[in-house]
Amino acid sequence: MAVCVAVIAKENYPLYIRSVPTENELKFHYMVHTSLDVVDEKISAMGKALVDQRELYLGLLYPTEDYKVTFPNQLCSYGYVTNSRVKFVMVVDSSNTALRDNEIRSMFRKLHNSYTDVMCNPFYNPGDRIQSRWAAALLGLPPSLCSSALLKGTVLR
Amino acid sequence: MVTVPFFSPVAVQRCPHVPALVPSQVSVPPGALDCWVFLSCLEVLQRIEGCCDRAQIDSNIAHTVGLWSYATEKLKSLGYLCGLVSEKGPNSEDLNRTVDLLAGLGAERPETANTAQSPYKKLKEALSSVEAFEKHYLDLSHATIEMYTSIGRIRSAKFVGKDLAEFYMRKKLPQKAEMYLQGALKNYLAEGWALPITHTRKQLAECQKHLGQIENYLQTSSLLASDRHLSEEERKYFCREILNFASQQPASPGHKIVLPMQSFAQLRDLHFTPSNAVVHVGGVLSVEITVCSQMPVAVHVEQIAINVHFSIEKNNYRKTAEWLTKHKTSNGIINFPVETSPFPESQNSLPALELYETFERSPSDNSLNTTGIICKNVHMLLRRQESSTSLETPSGVALEDGAHVLKCSSVTLEPGANTITFRTQAKEPGTYTLRQLCASLGPVWFVLPHIYPLVQYDVYSQEPQLHVEPLADSLLAGIPQKVKFTVTTGHYTVKNGDSLQLSNAEAMFILCHAENRAVISSNTREKASDASFRVQSSDKVTSISLPAAPAYHMIEFELEVLSLPSAPATGGESKMLGMTEPQRKHKDTQKAAHCMATTDHKVSIDCPWSIYSTVIALTFSVPFRTRHSLLSAGTRKYVQVCVQNLSELDFQLSDSKLVDTSGSTDLQLIPLNTTSQQHIYSKQSVFFVWELKWTREPPPSLHCQFSVGFSPASEERLSISLKPYTYEFQVENFFTLYNVKAEILPPVGTEHCKTGSLCSLEVSITRLSDLLEVDKDEALTESDEYFSTKLMYEVVDNSSNWAVCGKSSGVISMPVAAQATHRVHMEVMPLFAGYLPLPDVRLFKYLPHHSAHSSQLDADSWIENDSLSVDKQVDDQLDSSSLRSRASVHSATGSEHKGLPMPRLQALPPGQVFNSSTGTQILVIPSKDDHVLEVSVT
Repeated sequence: MAVCVAVIAKENYPLYIRSVPTENELKFHYMVHTSLDVVDEKISAMGKALVDQRELYLGLLYPTEDYKVTFPNQLCSYGYVTNSRVKFVMVVDSSNTALRDNEIRSMFRKLHNSYTDVMCNPFYNPGDRIQSRWAAALLGLPPSLCSSALLKGTVLR
Repeated sequence: MVTVPFFSPVAVQRCPHVPALVPSQVSVPPGALDCWVFLSCLEVLQRIEGCCDRAQIDSNIAHTVGLWSYATEKLKSLGYLCGLVSEKGPNSEDLNRTVDLLAGLGAERPETANTAQSPYKKLKEALSSVEAFEKHYLDLSHATIEMYTSIGRIRSAKFVGKDLAEFYMRKKLPQKAEMYLQGALKNYLAEGWALPITHTRKQLAECQKHLGQIENYLQTSSLLASDRHLSEEERKYFCREILNFASQQPASPGHKIVLPMQSFAQLRDLHFTPSNAVVHVGGVLSVEITVCSQMPVAVHVEQIAINVHFSIEKNNYRKTAEWLTKHKTSNGIINFPVETSPFPESQNSLPALELYETFERSPSDNSLNTTGIICKNVHMLLRRQESSTSLETPSGVALEDGAHVLKCSSVTLEPGANTITFRTQAKEPGTYTLRQLCASLGPVWFVLPHIYPLVQYDVYSQEPQLHVEPLADSLLAGIPQKVKFTVTTGHYTVKNGDSLQLSNAEAMFILCHAENRAVISSNTREKASDASFRVQSSDKVTSISLPAAPAYHMIEFELEVLSLPSAPATGGESKMLGMTEPQRKHKDTQKAAHCMATTDHKVSIDCPWSIYSTVIALTFSVPFRTRHSLLSAGTRKYVQVCVQNLSELDFQLSDSKLVDTSGSTDLQLIPLNTTSQQHIYSKQSVFFVWELKWTREPPPSLHCQFSVGFSPASEERLSISLKPYTYEFQVENFFTLYNVKAEILPPVGTEHCKTGSLCSLEVSITRLSDLLEVDKDEALTESDEYFSTKLMYEVVDNSSNWAVCGKSSGVISMPVAAQATHRVHMEVMPLFAGYLPLPDVRLFKYLPHHSAHSSQLDADSWIENDSLSVDKQVDDQLDSSSLRSRASVHSATGSEHKGLPMPRLQALPPGQVFNSSTGTQILVIPSKDDHVLEVSVT
C-alpha cells in the first residue's frame, strides 16, 4: 500500500504531499525530496526520447528502510513524470507484500487521472498547492482527513 | 546472538542498492541488524573495488553511492546507539551495548583477517572509541557527500550533510555544523519545501545561538516565530527569544540590529485621509496602515516609523490626482500584495512586469523626441534573484536616513491585523514618497526596505485667486443675470473687513440686495459654513465686503448684474433701402441671424491680497435682433419694425414706441399696434407697424428710435425696473414721387387677350408732387421756370409670361409738376393662357454724364459702375427668364455709348415709386389653333 504520495511541480516544489503515518511526515518530505535526484537523473537520461513515445513511469527510485528499530519495513519510492514535467513520487510499503510493477503503474495512472481532473478545475490556479482530497483514495484515507488544508496545521515533531 | 549471513556479492552487484536480504521475524538485539548491514555494504564495496579499476568505479558511482550512504547511515545509528556521539562519551549502559554488539560480530573471517583494512576491523575500531568513531564516520560521510556531489545528486548530498551537521551539534561543534545547515536550507528554500525548511531552520537557530550570532539568530527566530508549520509553543518560544533580547540593556548603546520586517509583520493596506493624499501647507494628513503581525503573541513595539522622501516638485499635484485615479480605489486605499514566503522565489511568485510608455517631448515645440517603455518595478524583479540568500542575511536591509519621518510610538501589535494611524502636519510644499517602514523594539529594528507599490502624498501651497463666471451659458443684456464669484483663499486668510473693490463699467450695474449669502467651504469641497456679506455701491465703485475665511478655503457667492440692452447701432445705407436690400448684404445678415450681438464689459477688481487689480470681462448678449422696413400704399407710408427673439428665454414686450428723434412737429407716427403686453417666444418674431403722417412737405430723411419694454416671461416680479430695448434707424426718401400704372388691353375688337396675339401695354407714369428738395440733383433740368427730370423706364417680365415686342425701355423727360403724366405704349404678347400677372415696370433716374465725374473716373469704370447699378436691380429677381430682358437692357445702354462717358442709371428709392398695378392680373385665353396643351401641375 502506498504510504506517501507527492506531486511535485516542474520547478521541484511540492504541489501536494501527503503521507499516511502523519507522525512521520517530515521523514517522508526528506525522502521525497532526495528521491528527486534520481527522478532528475532518469528524466535527463531519457530526455532525448520523443515526447509521445516516452515512458512516463520511471520505475523504482529509491529503496529505504523504516527507522523503526523493532519492526523494520521495506519502503520503496517510485517515480512518474508527466509530459509537462510534473513529477509524481509514491512511497510504497513493500515489506510484507511484494507489489508488482503493473500495480504500481495502475496506481500512477489513477493518480495522473486525478491530477488531470484537478487541472481541469477552473478555480484551480496552475502552480498553486493542491488542497483537495483527490489523492486520498490512493492512500486509503478517509476523505475528511485529507481535506484538511496542506498549508495549515501541519506541525513538526 | 545472530550470525551475519553470507550473501553473494554478485547478487548485490546486480541490484546494487537494494539491501538484498532482510531477515524478517528474527529477534535481534538493537544494533545487530545495523552492524550486519554496515558490514554487508562495505564488503560489497570492497569486492567491487577489488575487481574494477579506478575508471570503472568512477563511472559506476551512481550505483555504488547508495551503499555508501546506507553504510554511513548505519554507522551513524550505531554511534547514537552506543553513546559515541554525545559530548560526554558513552555511559555504562552504552558500553554494555557496545560489548554485546562486538561480541555478536564474532571472529573475523579468515580471508580478511590478515589484511590491514577490512570492514570488520573498521567496524570494530569505530565502536571501540569515540575518536575512532568520529574519524570513520567523518570519512564515510565526506566520501558519500563527495560522491553524491560528483554525480549531481545535490539533494542527497545535502541530506547527508544535514546528518553530519546533527553529528557536529551533538559534539558541540556548531561552527562546523552551520555550513552544512546553511547549504541544506538554501537548497530547500530554492525549491520551496516548507517542512524541511522549518526543520532545518530550527536546527540552524540552535546552531546560531551556540555560535552567538545574535543578528542571525534573531532573524531565524523571527522567521520561526512566524512559521505556521511549527506548534504554537515553539513559535511562542522563538518570539520570546526576540522579546527577551529586545528588553535587555544593549551592550553598546545605539547599536541597532536591523532585521527584515517581512517575517515580523506584513503591510497589508494604507489609507490616506484626505483620500486623495493631497493636502495644503499647514493641513493635517493622516495615514492609516494595516499591518498583519506574524508573531504568535502580542508584541509591544516602542515605535513604528515611516521614512519619507521629500522632493520639491511644485505644481504637480494634478499629476498625482491623475495617478490616484489610476492606482487607487475610490476610497483611497492602497493594497499591498501579500507575499507568500514559503513558495520558492524562482517561479510564479514573480510580480508581473509593470511597463509604461514614456514620451519625451522637446520643451520648445512639443515635438516627440524619444519614446520608450520603462519598467516601474525593476527593483522587485532584480531583488528577487538574490533574495534567496538575502532572506537569511540581514545585510540586504539598509536603513535609510530620512529627514522626514512619520512616527507612532508605543504600539501593541496583536497577532493578525492591526491598524496604526500616523498624523502629520504638512509643512513644505512638494511630493512626499513613503519609502521604508520600521518597527523598533529596543535595539531590534524590523525594517521593510521598500514600500511598493509607490505611495506618495503631496503638499501644495496656493496663491489666493478670484474667479468670476456667469451661471448661465451666456449672459443676456437687459435683464438681471447671475454671476458666480469664487474666492480661493490659498494661503491668505480672509479677515473681517477685507473687501473686493469693483470699478463699475459704464453700462453694467451690480444689483445690490438687502441680504447676500456666501458659502465657505474647504478646498476639498466640504461645506464649512454660511456667512452673509454686504455689497455697497457708489457711482464709481462697488465694494463687496468678504466674510472671514481661513486659509485654503473657498468663498462662493452669487451676484446679479445688469447690462443695458442697447442694440448695436444700425442705419447704414443698405438698411435704409429696406425691402430692396442687396442680395449680398442679405446673406450676411442671414448668417448672423442665429447668433446674438454681444457687448463686452470689463470690470477691474481690487483684491485685498494683491496690489494688482484683476480685470475680468463679462460678455453680454443682446437677446433681440431688430429690422425695419418702409411700406407704401400710394402716398401713405408705414414703418414696420420686426423684433426677433434670439435667446432661449420667452419675454413679455410692452410699451412699444417709435419716436422721431429729429422732433419735427409736422410729422406724426400713428401706432397700429395693440397696446397690451405681447408675448415673444424663444426664436420667434413680433412685428410692429406705424403709419407715417405729415402735414407739410416731408423731410428727405427720418430718424427714428424704436423702444420696447421687456421682461422675462417666466419671472413673476422683478425688484428693479428694467430699461427698455431701443433700436435706432433712419428712413430716407420715403415720400412717393411717382405713380406707375400699367395696363394691358386686349386687341381691338376682342374681349380677352389671347395667347400668341399682340396686346397693347399702356404704362402711365404720374408725378405726384411738385418740386421737392429730393429732386434737386443732376437729372433736373431747368428751362424757364419749368423743371423736368430724365427717367428711364424698363419693362421686365421675369416670369416669362410675356414677350415684349419692340423697345422694352426708354428714356423720358418728366416734367416736375404735380399730376404730370407720361404715357408709354408698348406691344406685348402673352405666351401662356390664364390669369397672368402684369410685367414689371421699373423706373430709374437717368443721370446725364457729368464732366466733373468723368475727369475723375475713366470710361471703363463708368461702364462698370453703370452696369452694376443695373445688375443690382436685376439680381433681385434673378432667374433664367430674365436673362433675355436683361441682355436687352445691356444692349440698349451699353452699345450706344461704347467708349464714351456714359450717363448713369440710378434706381429710384422704393419709397419714391409706387406701382399701383402691382399684383393685378389679366385673363388670357388660349388661342384656338393651339396644338399643344401644356399642363403643369404643381
